[in-house]
Amino acid sequence: MSAAAEAHEHHGPPPIHYSSRVSPALLGMLLFIASEIMLFGSFFTIYFFDRVVNNGVNGVWPPEPFHRPVFVAGLNTLILISSSASMHWADTSVKKGNRAGLQAGLVLTLCLGATFLFTQFIEYSRLGFNTSDTSFAATFFGLTGLHGAHVFVGLMILLVMTIRAFRGHFSPEHHHGIELGGIYWHFVDVMWIVVYVTVYLL
Amino acid sequence: MRNPFRSEAEAFRFVWLTIGYFALIVIASLINRWLGVAVFVVLTAVVAWWLFSHGDPKETSRQTPAPSPPDEHRILVAANETVGGPELLSEIRKRAGDRHARVLVVCPALNSPLRHWANDEEQARTEAQERLEASVASMRATGLDVEGEVGDGDPVQAIEDAVRTFQPDELIISTHPPGRSHWLERGVVEKARSRFDMPLIHVVVDLDADGDDSLPS
Repeated sequence: MSAAAEAHEHHGPPPIHYSSRVSPALLGMLLFIASEIMLFGSFFTIYFFDRVVNNGVNGVWPPEPFHRPVFVAGLNTLILISSSASMHWADTSVKKGNRAGLQAGLVLTLCLGATFLFTQFIEYSRLGFNTSDTSFAATFFGLTGLHGAHVFVGLMILLVMTIRAFRGHFSPEHHHGIELGGIYWHFVDVMWIVVYVTVYLL
Repeated sequence: MRNPFRSEAEAFRFVWLTIGYFALIVIASLINRWLGVAVFVVLTAVVAWWLFSHGDPKETSRQTPAPSPPDEHRILVAANETVGGPELLSEIRKRAGDRHARVLVVCPALNSPLRHWANDEEQARTEAQERLEASVASMRATGLDVEGEVGDGDPVQAIEDAVRTFQPDELIISTHPPGRSHWLERGVVEKARSRFDMPLIHVVVDLDADGDDSLPS
């Protein structure tokens, strides 16, 4: 049967026209991440504004008597970076048709992400200050809490991905759910590196 | 601009780049605060340059359209202000020859940058539509099987959209002469040549020299 005849026999809507050369699902994820960057950007703006204003008063950051748990947060950073590596392992595995690798990678990522969040809660409980204690405390909790909320959402996505992986929903040809979830998880990781360097180190 | 979150693998690579980027800034800041600022500025400039200079998506977008029916020759014409030029009409007739030729003329709705960003395209589309209708009517009067449509403001994108739906055998791009053509300045012909895998003819129409001989435009 010729291509023209096939075209005439086709019923239903025409194929999707990808004018932007990016699939709608990927484009949606990119727009979502762009909006997230703007959200984080507004929190960073508040943080830097507070830092510039208050740093001029006594020249010390963070202001006395606050201390940032740099070491614990550093360990948490390593945990999150490791989770990105395991996420990538899961993605590579599904592309190669390695189902066990996919499942192990997702479970490991889920565990590392949960460990990160749990450690952050422990850190919060031992900080010795709360959101109402000066603007530094408010911006500190604002930025780290905003990121923590994103990790929580990422964990929910990972949970769904893991359940689907164990039910055999993904294959080397069909793994868009892994691809998009992975992009989100790496984005959360990148944002944490920015938050850690900005809030804890510099 | 290159999108660092185009795929999971690229996003993962971006994680490591971010680590390297901030590690260098932190190390420099620990040595000297101003050194940290200098490293930040230099690295940011390098990253911005890389993102913008390596962002050409043409490697993913070379188009090879499906062939048209054997008894039909399809010609896609992209032109804007020169759409009524006699050189263009002559070239279309020449390319059509004695074959059964179908011609699709695409007029990109060219707009000013300010109106483009304000999403105000109505006037541009109306003007393009008027030029198109006059030219298509004149071409039909000479016996050509012609259709016309107003395309995207970006000429290459307008051609790509038409290639997908019309599936032409060859492409004609009509421009003003060099020095007066924005399309030539922007490298539209070269971009189209690299993106579309089909014969491409570039026709130069000098409307000033043609004077009253040109079709309505």
